[in-house]
Amino acid sequence: MTTPNRNFLHSLWDFFCSLKLTMFLLISLAVLSIIGTVIPQGTPPEQYLAQITPNKLKLYKSLGFFDMYHSWWFIMMLTMLTANLISCSIKRLPHIWKIITLPVTIMNDGLEKSLANLSSIKSSDEPTAVKEQVVAFLSAEFAKPIVTEVDGAWHLFAQKSPWCRLSVYFVHLSVIVIFIGAMIGSIFGFKSFANIPEGGSVSKIMLRSEKELDLGFELRLEKFSVAKYDNGAPKEFKSILTVLENGKPVPDYTNVRVIVNDPLTYKGITFYQSSYGNAGNYFFTFSELDGKNPVSVTIPGQSAVNFPDGSSMHVVEATNDVAQFSPGLSGPAAQVERRTADGKAESFVIYANHPELNIQHAKQNGSGPVIHYKGAEELMYTGLQVAKDPGVEVVWLGCILMVIGIYAAFFMSHRRIWVRIQDGSVTIGGNASKNPGGFQQNFEGLVERLKSDLTKEK
Amino acid sequence: MTSSLLFNITTFAYLASMLLFFVFLAARTKAFGTAGMLTAYFGLLAQTVAIGLRWKESYDIGVGHAPLSNLYESVVFFAWTIVLIYALLDIKYKYRVIGAFVMPFALLGMAWAQLGLNTGIEPLVPALQSNWLLYHVITCFLGYAAFAVACGISIMYLIKANHDANDQKTGEASVMSMFPPARVLDDLNYQAIMIGFPLLTLGIITGAAWANYAWGTYWSWDPKETWSLIVWFVYAAFLHARITKGWVGKRAAWLSIIGFAATIFCYLGVNLFLSGLHSYGGGK
Ligand code: HEM
Repeated sequence: MTTPNRNFLHSLWDFFCSLKLTMFLLISLAVLSIIGTVIPQGTPPEQYLAQITPNKLKLYKSLGFFDMYHSWWFIMMLTMLTANLISCSIKRLPHIWKIITLPVTIMNDGLEKSLANLSSIKSSDEPTAVKEQVVAFLSAEFAKPIVTEVDGAWHLFAQKSPWCRLSVYFVHLSVIVIFIGAMIGSIFGFKSFANIPEGGSVSKIMLRSEKELDLGFELRLEKFSVAKYDNGAPKEFKSILTVLENGKPVPDYTNVRVIVNDPLTYKGITFYQSSYGNAGNYFFTFSELDGKNPVSVTIPGQSAVNFPDGSSMHVVEATNDVAQFSPGLSGPAAQVERRTADGKAESFVIYANHPELNIQHAKQNGSGPVIHYKGAEELMYTGLQVAKDPGVEVVWLGCILMVIGIYAAFFMSHRRIWVRIQDGSVTIGGNASKNPGGFQQNFEGLVERLKSDLTKEK
Repeated sequence: MTSSLLFNITTFAYLASMLLFFVFLAARTKAFGTAGMLTAYFGLLAQTVAIGLRWKESYDIGVGHAPLSNLYESVVFFAWTIVLIYALLDIKYKYRVIGAFVMPFALLGMAWAQLGLNTGIEPLVPALQSNWLLYHVITCFLGYAAFAVACGISIMYLIKANHDANDQKTGEASVMSMFPPARVLDDLNYQAIMIGFPLLTLGIITGAAWANYAWGTYWSWDPKETWSLIVWFVYAAFLHARITKGWVGKRAAWLSIIGFAATIFCYLGVNLFLSGLHSYGGGK
């Protein structure tokens, strides 16, 4: 009854049941994953794009190399891995299930020959008495045996932790559970970002999909601060946040401290300390070389100012005391970037207490204006990562399942012992699903003790 | 007694241990093997005390944290875990000669750390101020160390298997007679990876848990994360190789060596050549 169609399904099934496919997929996934660690993912920086040829860029784009872990071929390989995993399990599970639930309780010649551990003890005692003795021995030292009588011979079978044969299937199941958790997260969760200036608040955030999400509550930044170690390295970035419902602070969520590694969760949405900056204005004066015609210019913390002549300027970084960067100088200073109308960029420092340096810089530049720094308005903003992921619990469940499963798969073993009492001899055989060396020692010890047990009574 | 003096003593102990193992290989006198092992144990003890002392010293200068926060400290800890895993295998199986192929890894780590890296105790940047750092780093490095031991054993396996295949006429005693049989080496390789794989799995999971707690994403395909997954795939392939005929023996040994190469890249290469969130290993 082998129609071509059946044949095809058969080969497809065999294909997915093959462990060669598993090896191929695991190794290919390992090798292909390297691509995404070498080529920047997401929106690659412009310097990178400038480095590669247009043809390469086109190729990379069409192959999805800039978002390879979500590309169709990567997802397809993960799907094949899952199909492979499920097929293999379905194929092998019935056999394993049989080993667990329907154990072979009688050691015949074929089984006897296949056992790695075999030993025999002479005993001329009455078989039933010997049987009783071995049953008592096994129950005490190993596990309670199943006793069968066949043609005047006594057969005993005892086993330990047969269920650990299932552990490998739990490991494989856990992989699938983790995939499911990841899918739930990507369908029902979101990730975003919010910048809040001190005193300001947000109630809506932009999602990656360009859609706006209404949080259903308001989050206000009361204060942001940075603490430093003596050597200047950052010690703590701290946002003090308040959750507001209908404009009123929520009691337990008022003035909550959020630092890196200590987020705030409200109604399933979590806010993580991620970045910060100055949202306040910077003040400058522009004048001619001899100081005539001074003009005040205000540059906002987060954007550039465009001048009528087509040039622009923005502040890269500012400090209240320049001494830590340039010993010998003092007072506030701002590092700015100026772009001329023809696109040339120049980055330099403007000082508050050292007008002569500002004039010197302008002179070097020829015709440019003299710029003096007049200080900044202190107003920090905090950058918060905003995330909701209802799949996380499922992922953790999968992880726990995996750890327990791997532990059981590696360090537990299904151990079986058969005993046959016949014609004045006691034959003992045994095997284990794991760690044959360790089992051999146990087995030899057991036989030793049984021997002395059986001979002592005489 | 300062931690840095003890770390120097440790480095010399590992050097001495390695040399003793080499002499043991050449001379085939049991006493040298025992001496090599005892020296390694002594080094392990000295290093354990040194790590504890450095921990305490960090509190004395007011920046108290576990000594796992920069490249120097992680390399030292890596060397410690390698010797620890080796000691565990030695206690269980007593194949002394493996030391000749494992101690060089530990020595290399200690020598590089002591001579080439900045040994100062630094304060913790905000991103690393979490208990998860401890769980994550310890599990990862114990896993790495088990893979280092497996790699050493795999190299032995390849040498031994080549030797067995090439000259059948081995009447004379050779260095090879000191090696455990190829079958045993193959099994020890598997045993070491059976220790390493669950630890790496735990390392990845604790890393994911930490990332989720600190940033809200348990997985972001950052190069370090991806490389740890690559390593995990390679060893998963190794484990399945045991069930597939044709992928045992030499091929499994090569998988183990490739796996360790990927491990080292994951640990050092990513920080040196690629960019990502795990910046702490890169800085000098
Ligand atoms: C393509 C997907 C996979 C397939 C088809 C597959 C298949 C198998 C099969 C058939 C076995 C042997 C079971 C037995 O002897 O009864 C096995 C064992 C095992 N698998 Fe997988 N597997 C896959 C992926 C994975 C992954 C991703 C892991 C990662 C943790 C994994 C971990 C294990 C472990 C730990 C064992 C036990 C190995 C041992 O006892 O040494 N498997 N797998």
